[in-house]
Amino acid sequence: MSLTGEPPKTINTQQKVATAIGLIGLAILLVSLFNVELPNKTLWLWLSLGSIAVGTIWFSAAAYLPKHEGIKNDGVYFKSLSSRGFWAWVLGILLTLFYVALYWFPQYLGLVQDGDNRGIISLFDPLSYLINGGPASQWFVYGTLYTLAILAFGLKFIWKYRHNKYEIIRTISVMFFQLAFAFLIPEFLVRLNLPYYDLKNVWPLNYELFAGYKINEFLSAGDIGLIMLIFGVLSILVITPLLTYFYGKRWYCSWVCGCGGLAETAGDPFRHLSDKRMSAWKVERWVVHSVVVFVVVMTTAVVFDYLRNNESTNISEWSQLENKSVVFSELEGKPLHDKIIAAQKAGATQVFYLNEDASTPPPTLENREGITIPFETISALENEVAIERAKNGQSATFLIDSPATDRITIENGTETVFYDDTWVTKEQFVWGVIILLTLVFGWVMLFRREQLAKDAKYGAIGYFVIVIGILLFTYFSSPGKLFFFEAYKLRQWYGFLIGAMFSGVIGVGFYPIFGSRVWCRFGCPMAAILGFQQRLFSRFRITTNGGQCISCGNCSTYCEMGIDVKAYAQKGENIVRSSCVGCGICSAVCPRGVLKLENGPREGRIEGNDVLLGNDVDLMSYVNKR
Amino acid sequence: MEHIVIIGNGISGVTAARHIRKQADSSQKKITLISAEADYFFSRTALMYVYMGHMRWWDIEPYEKYFWEKNDFNLKNGYVENVDTAAKTLHFAEGDTLSYDTLIIASGSTTATFGWKGLELEGVQGLVTKQDLEALEKNAPNKQECPKAVIIGGGLIGVELAEMLRTRDIDVTFLVRENAFWTSALPKFEAELLSQHIESHHVDLRHNTELDEILGDENGRVRGVKITTGETLECNLVCIATGVKPAISFLQNSKIETDKGVLVNRKLETNIQNVYAIGDCAQQREPIGNRPPVEAVWYTGRMMGETVAQTICGTPWEYNPGPWFNSAKFFDIEYQTYGWVQPARRRKDFENQFHWKSADEKQFVTIAYHTESRKFLGINTFGIRMKHKTFDMWLREERDVDYVVKHLKHANFDPEFYRRFEKEIQKEFYKNEKNVII
Repeated sequence: MSLTGEPPKTINTQQKVATAIGLIGLAILLVSLFNVELPNKTLWLWLSLGSIAVGTIWFSAAAYLPKHEGIKNDGVYFKSLSSRGFWAWVLGILLTLFYVALYWFPQYLGLVQDGDNRGIISLFDPLSYLINGGPASQWFVYGTLYTLAILAFGLKFIWKYRHNKYEIIRTISVMFFQLAFAFLIPEFLVRLNLPYYDLKNVWPLNYELFAGYKINEFLSAGDIGLIMLIFGVLSILVITPLLTYFYGKRWYCSWVCGCGGLAETAGDPFRHLSDKRMSAWKVERWVVHSVVVFVVVMTTAVVFDYLRNNESTNISEWSQLENKSVVFSELEGKPLHDKIIAAQKAGATQVFYLNEDASTPPPTLENREGITIPFETISALENEVAIERAKNGQSATFLIDSPATDRITIENGTETVFYDDTWVTKEQFVWGVIILLTLVFGWVMLFRREQLAKDAKYGAIGYFVIVIGILLFTYFSSPGKLFFFEAYKLRQWYGFLIGAMFSGVIGVGFYPIFGSRVWCRFGCPMAAILGFQQRLFSRFRITTNGGQCISCGNCSTYCEMGIDVKAYAQKGENIVRSSCVGCGICSAVCPRGVLKLENGPREGRIEGNDVLLGNDVDLMSYVNKR
Repeated sequence: MEHIVIIGNGISGVTAARHIRKQADSSQKKITLISAEADYFFSRTALMYVYMGHMRWWDIEPYEKYFWEKNDFNLKNGYVENVDTAAKTLHFAEGDTLSYDTLIIASGSTTATFGWKGLELEGVQGLVTKQDLEALEKNAPNKQECPKAVIIGGGLIGVELAEMLRTRDIDVTFLVRENAFWTSALPKFEAELLSQHIESHHVDLRHNTELDEILGDENGRVRGVKITTGETLECNLVCIATGVKPAISFLQNSKIETDKGVLVNRKLETNIQNVYAIGDCAQQREPIGNRPPVEAVWYTGRMMGETVAQTICGTPWEYNPGPWFNSAKFFDIEYQTYGWVQPARRRKDFENQFHWKSADEKQFVTIAYHTESRKFLGINTFGIRMKHKTFDMWLREERDVDYVVKHLKHANFDPEFYRRFEKEIQKEFYKNEKNVII
C-alpha cells in the first residue's frame, strides 16, 4: 500500500520569517565564498552567525513551543526533507560538496597558505584572532559552524523533547562538550603555545593522536604535553573501559562525542532513515570491525616507526651515522664504552652523553681503548637552547664538562641524532600491543565465548590472527614498513578513506539519505571498541517491560543506529547491543512504556522469553526453561 | 504430515504458528496462515502511526520477509467463505478450497455498529483493518477535502482517530455517550482529566451525546449526522468507534458453535474436534476472573496463541492468563493499568479507590483496594510508567495496599532523571487514610 499522506503545511508565519533570517545568514557566507570584499568583516561575520542562530532557534521555538509537550513525529514520512524527497537530495548534495571542498580543496573556501586568507575563511579571521591569536583555517571555519549547529539544533532538540528530562540533560551535555572541549579549549591551548588537543576526542576516533608529529608536539611542550600524552593513553586504556562498564557506551557516544553531538542535534530529523534490515546489521559488523583492525595496525605501525632507532642500546655498526653527531642519555643495556665504539663503527663524528639529572654525577669513561672520536658529557640544564637548535639541524654550541676546553660547536647542517631514551623501546611497544590484544582476545574466548555468535567467533579469531601476524611481520621485517607501505602512507590512506571519506563526506553529507549515524554505526572504530565493551562488559541495558509491547515499531523506526528494538521488546528480551548509543529515543517514542535505559547488575542482563510475562506462570516456566 | 491451517495472520495466529514451529519442524507439521486483509502480519495497534506519518506501512510489520521463509510458513491470501468441518475443508470466496487436519480460527474483530441509518454511505467507516486505513486515506487525505469529521464512541479507537485526524488539521467532533471520556473502563476522576486533555488538543468533545442517524447526499456520500438532541452536524467523514465484535460471519453455515464469538473451553477448543479459536474472535464459555468472555486485546491474543500451540503439540494446556494489565496512550498521556480498577458501573462496594494527581495534572493515579482486607486490587497510572514485573508479582502475592504504596518506587519505570512522585502520592494517601500506621 502506498499512502501518499497530505499533512497540512506545517510551517507557520513565524517560521517563514525565521527561515528568511537564517537564509540571510547563509547568504552572507555564500557572498563571502565568492570573494566579495566585505568592508567590516567582524560585523558581517557576527551578522551571519547571529542570523543563522536566530533563524534556527526562532524556527524551532515556533515549531514546538506552541504545541503540547510530547512526541513530535507527525508527518515525518510525508515531508520531502525527512523522507528522502527532493529537498533531502538537495541538502545531501550541498553538504557533500562542502565536505569535498573542506577536505581536498580548501583553496576554494579561500585558504591561503602564506598570506592573507580570502573568501569565507577570511571572514572568520576576526573570530580566529580573538580566540587563538592567529588567522583562520578551513578547520576553524568548520569547527565554528559545527559548534553553531550543535548549539542551535541542540536547543531545537531540547524543545522538541522538553517532556523528557533524560533528553534535555543529555543534550546540554553534548552542547557543553562541543563548545568547551572541542572548540574553545583547543584554540586556547594554541594561544598558550601548547599542543592543540580536544581532550574528549579519544584514540582511535582521534586517529592522529599518536602520529609522530603529534607525539613530538606533546613532548616538546614539557610537563603539560607529557600529561596530555599520558591522558591520551589512559583515555582509551583505563577511563573509557571504566565509564563504559558503569554507564554503557552512551556516556561517550550520545553525551560527549562531537560526531554523536551533531547526529543527535542537527541530525535528529533524519534518525529514522537508518537501515533496520538484518542484512544491514551483518554488513555493519564486518565493516566497523574492519576499521578497528585498520586503525590498530595503522597506529601501531606509526608509533613503531616513530620509536625506530630511538634507543641507544640499538646503536650498532649498521646504524648509518656517517658524519653525524650522536647524543644519548641512558646507560641501561650496553656499557658506555660499547655504545661509543658502536657509534664510531657506524661512522659518527662525535658522541655526547646528555646528563639529564644535575643531582647525580655523569658516568666517567674509564677506558678509552679503541675510541678515536671525541666523547663529551654535557648537562641538559645548561644546554637547553643548544639542544633544541641541534635537534633542528642548526648550529649549536654546547657547554661541556672537560678540562681541555669548555665548549664545542656543531656546525650548521650537521645532523645530530638523539637517542633520548625516554620512551619505551620498539620491542617493548610491539610486544606490549601483542600482549594486550592477546589478553583481551583470550579473556573473551575464555569467559564470554557463549555470548558470541558463531560468525562473530570466526571473525574474532580471523582478525586476531591477521593483526598479530601483521605486527610480527612488521617487527621482523624492515622497520616501520607494513608489507609494502610506509607507516606514514598507511596513516595518509586511513585519513583519506576513513577520516575524510567515511566520517565526513558519507557520515554527515549523507545525513538526509542514510540517516544521522552512518559513520557511528558502520565506520567509527571508537564506537566499535566501546560497543565491544558494552556488549560483553557493562552494566548498561535497555530493560523491557513484561508483556506491554504491541510490536508497533516506533522504537525500531526511530533508532538512529538501525537496531530492530521491537524484535527484542516483543520477546521480553533486554536490549544489549554493541551498537546502542543510549540516545533514549526508543524509550521516548514507545506509546506503551515498554523500554527503559538502565545501569544495573550484570546478572540476568540478557534473557529472552518465548512466553512473555502476563500469561500462565506454569506455562511461562514450562516453555521458557525448555 | 499434519496440516495446521490458521485463519488470520494477526498477533494470535502468528504467535500460535511460531510456537508450534518451535516444537515441530516442517517435516512434522505444515503450517498455513490465511488472510484476506494483508500479505504479511502487521501491528494493528500501529495503524494510526502510518496515517500520522510516523511510520511507513512496512515499518509496522514486526517481521522481515525472510522470517516467513525461514520458518516455512505458507502464506495464503484469500477469504474463507465457509468451513466444512465434516470434510475438514475450507472454501474460499475466490472459489478454491484447502483441506486441513487442525484448524485454528484467529480471524479477529470487525467494527461493531448499532443499526444506525446511513451506515452504508460513502465516508462512513471504522478503524480496525488495513482496508479501513486505506479508506481513511481516501476519505480524509487533507483538510481541504475533508474539513470536518465526526467520531462516534468514546473509547480507544475513537481517541486514536481524533489524534490521527488532528495531525491533518481536520476539525473533529467527538461524540461520547457518557459524561466523560471512556467511563466504561475508567473511574470518573480519570475520565474527566482525559476529557480535558482531549479538548486541549482542539477536539470538539461532546459528552452525553449519541448518534441518531447518518445523513447522506444525493451521491450517496455522507454530509452530516443527526444527534439525539435533534441537532445536525455537517461533516465529510463519520468514524464509527463504538467498539469491535468478533469477525466470524464466515462461520454462519458451519457446525462450529458461536455466540458473540466462537465458543471455546479453557483449552481454546471449539465444539468440533481439532478446531480451535483464539484471540479477539474467541468467546470463553465461562468468563475467567474479572475478564470479559470476549477479550479484544493485543496481548490476550498473543497469550492464547502461546497456549493453543502447547495443546496442538501434544501438551494439552488450559488458557490461564495472569493478573490483568493493559496500556494505551491518549494523545500525549500514557496510560498503564495493573490489576483491576473498576469504573463506576462495575465497582463493588468493597472496592475503595484512592486518587492522586500532580499539580499540573499531567500525572494522575488511582489505586484500588479492598476496604476491609486492604488487599491491593489494582492501579491505573497516567503519565507515569510502571514496571509490569513488579505489579504482576505484588498481585500474585496478594499484597495489601499499604505495602504497595510504601514500595511504590520499586515499581517505577520512568526514564532516568524523571521527576518522581512517590513521596507526594504516599503523603496524600496517608492523609486520606488516618487509620494507617506509618
